[in-house]
Amino acid sequence: MFGLNKKDGLLFLIVVALTALAPFLLNPFPVNSAMAQFNAGYPDLLQRFVIFGIFAIGFNILFGLTGYLSFGHAAFLGVGSYAAVWMFKLFSYNVLPAIIFAVIVAALFSVLIGYISLRRSGIYFSILTLAFAQMSFALAYSVLSNPNFNLTNGETGLQVYADDPQMFHRDGLPDLPHLFGLSMRATHELQLGAWSFTFNAGYYLCGVIMLVAFYLAIRIFRSPFGMMLRAIKSNNTRMTYTGLNAKPYTLAAFVISGMYAGLAGGLLAAMDPLAGAERMFWTASGEVVLMTILGGAGTLIGPVLGAGLIKYMENIVSKINDNVLHQWFSFLPDGLEDVMVTLIHPFVGKGWHLTLGVIFMLVVIFLPGGLVEGGQRIARLFRGKKAREAERKSTQSTPAE
Amino acid sequence: MDAIILQILNGLDKGSAYALIALGLTLIFGTLGVVNFAHGALFMIGAFCAVTLQRILSLSHEVVDPTKSDFLGNPLKIRQPYVHDLFGPEFGASLIEWSVPLSILFCIPVMIAVGFAMERGLIKHFYKRPHADQILVTFGLAIVLQEIIKYFFGANPIPTPAPAALNGVVNLGAALGLEVAYPLWRIVYFCFAALIIGAIFAFLQFTTFGMVVRAGMADRETVGLLGINIDRRFTIMFGIAAAVAGLAGVMYTPINSPNYHMGMDFLVLSFVVVVVGGMGSLPGAVLAGFMLGILESFASTTWATTTIPGINQVIIYLVAIIVLLTRPRGLMGRKGVMED
Repeated sequence: MFGLNKKDGLLFLIVVALTALAPFLLNPFPVNSAMAQFNAGYPDLLQRFVIFGIFAIGFNILFGLTGYLSFGHAAFLGVGSYAAVWMFKLFSYNVLPAIIFAVIVAALFSVLIGYISLRRSGIYFSILTLAFAQMSFALAYSVLSNPNFNLTNGETGLQVYADDPQMFHRDGLPDLPHLFGLSMRATHELQLGAWSFTFNAGYYLCGVIMLVAFYLAIRIFRSPFGMMLRAIKSNNTRMTYTGLNAKPYTLAAFVISGMYAGLAGGLLAAMDPLAGAERMFWTASGEVVLMTILGGAGTLIGPVLGAGLIKYMENIVSKINDNVLHQWFSFLPDGLEDVMVTLIHPFVGKGWHLTLGVIFMLVVIFLPGGLVEGGQRIARLFRGKKAREAERKSTQSTPAE
Repeated sequence: MDAIILQILNGLDKGSAYALIALGLTLIFGTLGVVNFAHGALFMIGAFCAVTLQRILSLSHEVVDPTKSDFLGNPLKIRQPYVHDLFGPEFGASLIEWSVPLSILFCIPVMIAVGFAMERGLIKHFYKRPHADQILVTFGLAIVLQEIIKYFFGANPIPTPAPAALNGVVNLGAALGLEVAYPLWRIVYFCFAALIIGAIFAFLQFTTFGMVVRAGMADRETVGLLGINIDRRFTIMFGIAAAVAGLAGVMYTPINSPNYHMGMDFLVLSFVVVVVGGMGSLPGAVLAGFMLGILESFASTTWATTTIPGINQVIIYLVAIIVLLTRPRGLMGRKGVMED
């Protein structure tokens, strides 16, 4: 189906189903129940899930396939956001040209940075990308917002003002990002008994784009090009000895992942027409690294899972406070209840970064393949011993030397 | 002339911090071959050693002061630190005032212990794993350490002043007839950094232990084959590197009030410093640290920022990019380091 083999096709269909039904699946608790705060099915968070999913998928094409660890990928996200907001300011609130322009600008930017950074590898590459991203951040924050040439609007962030030209803006169109008149904030509430589900136009646009991005990523993973990238990861020197020039391939991978980041940035701006320099800060670059590693670098679905997990923690776990904890443990005797609350307190609410750090370390130490590897291990436990033996035989390979 | 000297001096104190952190990073990298992203967290823990000691010394209990009374006419209750009871009011007060320099003594054992625990407990298991894994696990550790500190000390910067005697401003150019007013503590910081750097180099150069470590840095396997327990020595070097980072943090507290993310802020720049100096080269790290510190301070002058706007923000990264592209091994890098 669509040029995918059976296994990939199934995976793709599952992702399609999950994306389409996410507003249901992530809202499993009735509105007025105590667990309602774990509902993640509201538009803002859903959009973040898929947008950062796109970002992580793109990062994974670079890091998962070629092994080049970029610590400056947020620069492309930020550039994409700025480009999209400029399209809003100059032409109209239509998201389509804005997103396309964001991808193009991010691509040009990544060609420039990639061409220079890819002259080195290993930690030097990481430092070069970090240096470029930090430079972009500093410039966007200060210099590019001077009154004569205000490209980024500095600390306030770039946004659309009433006196902007907006050449193609007509009266009937919404004063918000829209797709040919369909506002990105348009929502439909569905009440089913005690449950309430929200369907948001912006989310479904992002979702469709994410599915396209995911499909392209599968095709890249399975293509001869993807094979070549994997070869670069496993042994770059040997690639060179066989007479292949690895540079165009890595540069292509770098630019593709830069375009994914630009797409994510453009979508962020399309959901909320605002772009700030903090999107380019190195912590944002670190976050996408965390997402990809947590989910499983080099796997197809891993980065999306990682992005979802981190965004879920950022938005939901950070909201758990002591009152909620007391409610949870109210079935315990009083003394024990307080002990449990004190024990868990540092890990939730404002301390969610601590939980994230601990999970991240555990994953790097025990599950280098991320959550996907964890899932595979569990699946293997459930499969019979016979299947395991067969698999071992089939995957056994003889080294080339 | 005055301005140039002042800018060089301004660069020296930031450069000292860069140099000390970069030196520790290079010690760890050169000996164990591990890229330690948690080194900034060690710097931060050092700074919080100073905060902790200050808090311990200021632990107080309530006493009634018979000589004063509050607005109702009752005898005034004041909080009196325990050190006043133990050592008498004068010595106690000066103990509290000198808490930052005293933290040096407190910090060294703490940091060595933290370093040992980190190396034995975590990093030891990562020698055989790829560099990317080492970077990631230490990055995770840095987040965890940072959050633990945040949990105990809060998110706001905590002011830790230097002793009043070292807090003034001196005119360094008086002898030459120049006007170069400069904060005294920054001079102390620079001298302290120079002392530590000198001590580390002397230790490596003139002691048998240092000789073995240098031999191990050059060829670990051969040293091991000679029957020397090189792993144990490298663990000790990790402890020393942690102590260097911690000391840099302790002494930096009066310049910049410590907060939980100060380590990360410095780490990013320190990595740039290490790479510019050349991975694995100790003199390179120190040289690049001071060089970039001074360059940064020159770039912050009004003349520089009006000529090229924003140069003060990007100069370090710009230099790093130029150096990496023209001298791929950094200023003083050795062949064959990180080039697998």
